[in-house]
Amino acid sequence: MKLEKFQLIDRVVDFNEADKSIRCEAKVPLESSIFEGHFPGYPLMPGVLLLETMAQTSGWAILMLLKFQRMPFLAAAREAKFRGFVLPGAALDMHAKIVHDGSGFAVAKAEGKLDGKVVCDATIMFRVVEFPNEEIRGSMLELARRNGVPAEMIQ
Amino acid sequence: MSSTFDTVANIISETCDIPRETIKPESHAIDDLGIDSLDFLDIAFAIDKAFGIKMPLEKWTQEINEGKATTDQYFVLSNLSERIDALVAAKGS
Repeated sequence: MKLEKFQLIDRVVDFNEADKSIRCEAKVPLESSIFEGHFPGYPLMPGVLLLETMAQTSGWAILMLLKFQRMPFLAAAREAKFRGFVLPGAALDMHAKIVHDGSGFAVAKAEGKLDGKVVCDATIMFRVVEFPNEEIRGSMLELARRNGVPAEMIQ
Repeated sequence: MSSTFDTVANIISETCDIPRETIKPESHAIDDLGIDSLDFLDIAFAIDKAFGIKMPLEKWTQEINEGKATTDQYFVLSNLSERIDALVAAKGS
């Protein structure tokens, strides 16, 4: 995770196009200025950042399904649950499945696991629109390459 | 059409917390019921699931923006229900 850049996914481990599902790695850094305030003496990964990690996991799945021709933007989160503390250094095993591919929107169910145990889950809705410009599309493609997205998925 | 309207009205009522009795076939989802675009995505998701269709919201929006259709044609609930019936029929044919 690069918390300072809000890039929370380290690597796309697996993507199943037929099942519309994805698995990603996201390792919480051992040190971050965030932990100085959340909380002094007891550093914890904030729940909102776990939600963002689930959103980014889902977002990669949508990008790959659409062959990077359109961009998902977070629109709504439902039933977000944070079931356990996530500490600095934790290696999160992130999963998402696109459960609905609508016209201009998509819905995903996502979860994060630690040692096989679910620590967070949510249903997340995205608006799916044309890339606002080539710069953002180019940056997403570059990030995809760094995150191990297979070349055949990147058009 | 009536059962389709009832399903749509129930979805709108539950999704947007609008009293069911205020939702009429002649109601305009945006102008009369005050549903915004984000809430309409929730409604579209529920309608897609309930009827097993994919409402072409982007196509409809484009037609409205280009002046080829009015919002009444898609967002007055009796008209929306007819569109849904047509999509269901097309899926089954």
